[in-house]
Amino acid sequence: MEPFTSLTATAAPFDAVNVDTDQIIPSRFMRKPRDDENYHTFLFHDIRYDEDGSEKPDFILNQAPYRDARILVAGHNFGCGSSREVAVLALMANGFRAVIASSFGDIFFNNCFNNGVLPIRVADETAARLRAGLHASPGASMTIELEPQTFTGPDGATYEFDVDPFRKHCLLGGLDAIGLTLEYENEIKAFEDRYRQERSWLYP
Amino acid sequence: MAQPRTMFEKIWDSHVIVDRDDGQTLVYVDRHLCHDGSFFAFDLLRDTGLPVRRPDQTFTVPDHYVPTRGHSLDDSADEERAEMIVKLDRNAKEFGVTIFGLSDRRQGIVHIVGPEQGISQPGMLIVCGDSHTSTHGALGAIAFGIGASEVSHVLATQSIWQRRPKTMRITVTGERPFGVLAKDVIMAIIARIGAGAALGHAVEYSGPIFAAMSAEERLTVCNMSIEAGARCGMIAPDETTFAYVKGRPYAPAGEAWQKAVAYWKTLPSDPGATFDKEVSVEADEIAPMVTWGTSPEDALPITGEVPDPAEQADGGRRAAMEKALDYMGLVPGMKLTDIQIDKAFIGSCTNSRIEDLRIAAAVVKGRRVAVPAMVVPGSGLVKRQAEKEGLDRVFTDAGFEWLESGCSMCVGMNGDTIDPGERSASTSNRNFEGRQGPGARTHLMSPAMAAAAAVSGRLTDVRELSSTSSEED
Repeated sequence: MEPFTSLTATAAPFDAVNVDTDQIIPSRFMRKPRDDENYHTFLFHDIRYDEDGSEKPDFILNQAPYRDARILVAGHNFGCGSSREVAVLALMANGFRAVIASSFGDIFFNNCFNNGVLPIRVADETAARLRAGLHASPGASMTIELEPQTFTGPDGATYEFDVDPFRKHCLLGGLDAIGLTLEYENEIKAFEDRYRQERSWLYP
Repeated sequence: MAQPRTMFEKIWDSHVIVDRDDGQTLVYVDRHLCHDGSFFAFDLLRDTGLPVRRPDQTFTVPDHYVPTRGHSLDDSADEERAEMIVKLDRNAKEFGVTIFGLSDRRQGIVHIVGPEQGISQPGMLIVCGDSHTSTHGALGAIAFGIGASEVSHVLATQSIWQRRPKTMRITVTGERPFGVLAKDVIMAIIARIGAGAALGHAVEYSGPIFAAMSAEERLTVCNMSIEAGARCGMIAPDETTFAYVKGRPYAPAGEAWQKAVAYWKTLPSDPGATFDKEVSVEADEIAPMVTWGTSPEDALPITGEVPDPAEQADGGRRAAMEKALDYMGLVPGMKLTDIQIDKAFIGSCTNSRIEDLRIAAAVVKGRRVAVPAMVVPGSGLVKRQAEKEGLDRVFTDAGFEWLESGCSMCVGMNGDTIDPGERSASTSNRNFEGRQGPGARTHLMSPAMAAAAAVSGRLTDVRELSSTSSEED
């Protein structure tokens, strides 16, 4: 996993709420190989392109100022619905490394961390203010610093954010969880031995 | 005297392997279910060079990509989809895990098969790389969906890192009104609290309605917990649960059964246990429900009208409603019963169990479909049971297609989709844009309501249809 330390990039405002992972990547692309050269086109495919494959000009990421965006600023319940991890991969294929929203679907939230994408939860008013600022100055960039847990908004103001210390540690080091968990092999083994005794009916 | 604990806390506490100071907990996984969409997780595991740590606790079944008009690989919509099913076979063989393959009668939707086989039991912690894993909580378990990286983690370590979710109790007071099914209850709850209301929470459903429900109805309720954003949904195990689990192939038997039940009886939340959040809904507010928009929270009683965004004070909500109505091709003020449909789908992990099919068949009996309609049983065993009861004939006589088990048109991944602009009456769980195919317009409802819509060609109050039928009788 690619480490995440800091990021300065164009931020795109995404005004819809309850953005489900079916919209982020329609299910028909889930069987495609992860190295498909068109993977970036799967992101938001059906709201981003017309049936003939041409771009819908209204869609935010098709607009000139946001083409290089690597930060998405959304509303509440972003990434709800299906557990499909490819929703994060499709964002990454377009260069996105951070999503700021007032809330996230739980599974999407975890999937982000497991792929080196930083999801940042902020208050509803903060998310709304950031999006308004980004609409007011199209193409404005933001800077996210993971170590001090801060980001600067399009207004130049600095905001602090919370991040789980364990997740932060993994992101900063680009560490995958399996490797870390294996360090607890003794604990897992001890748990299993005791558990199998106590719950013998689970192990006929 | 120990502090009173919720059912969630009891089960959670008994699965903790490591509690880190930073709030992360490594919890043990009793049962890990995988499906044909899990291929990437097996690839990730292969990259690590590790084996599946507990093959005996890992169960796999193809469901998302399986064809429904025939159940051989040749029936697949294309080679790419067939390959998904073949990959699962290969992975199961390579890693030595149980598989209920395409030609196995026990094959079906993973969330139907788990409970049906007795793989899912009370007190367990169950995960699966699918968001509707919340289903299994209906038996009194912690069950939640995970992503592909997490699936590979569980395969390798039989454990998963989590932050302990908060707890929420949703209490429905009063008795179930006439004509209201489990699907209506959960749809009404989501409409009331919103699609993100339970984010970060483990939900326990409480009240006489749930206590009186069959185990299958409870599975329907917990299935849609994720549509309120919940980490998991659960219902206290009781005699109904025990009777449901007993005698199933993977359920404990003999002395082990006695031990298990003794433990399961300790699971319900203690009197006085506190939840981080409490929500209360009155049963008599619940009627047969349908969705009108593109989020499961966009639901109303069938007696209602398409809502008017202009009446919304909240700007965000107003914009979302306008967008949804535009996508759905509906205008405010239109009676929901005036909405014409193009297709009906009875199936999915929400509503494809034998009781669902009995309910739908009772509505369909003696009538004819007005639109193309299909029934996709949740498993090969559900299908066989339905055929034993003659339900297949009821459906086919009425003009329904009677198909093979799988996820089918709930998610359209096997090629069973609705054409752009078409409108479905569907017993599935998500009415998201494009969920049943690009441009598809989905109306969620119960199996009785979908059956009623299929025979009348429009959204219909099944209570009125039923009364007409009984007069004819």
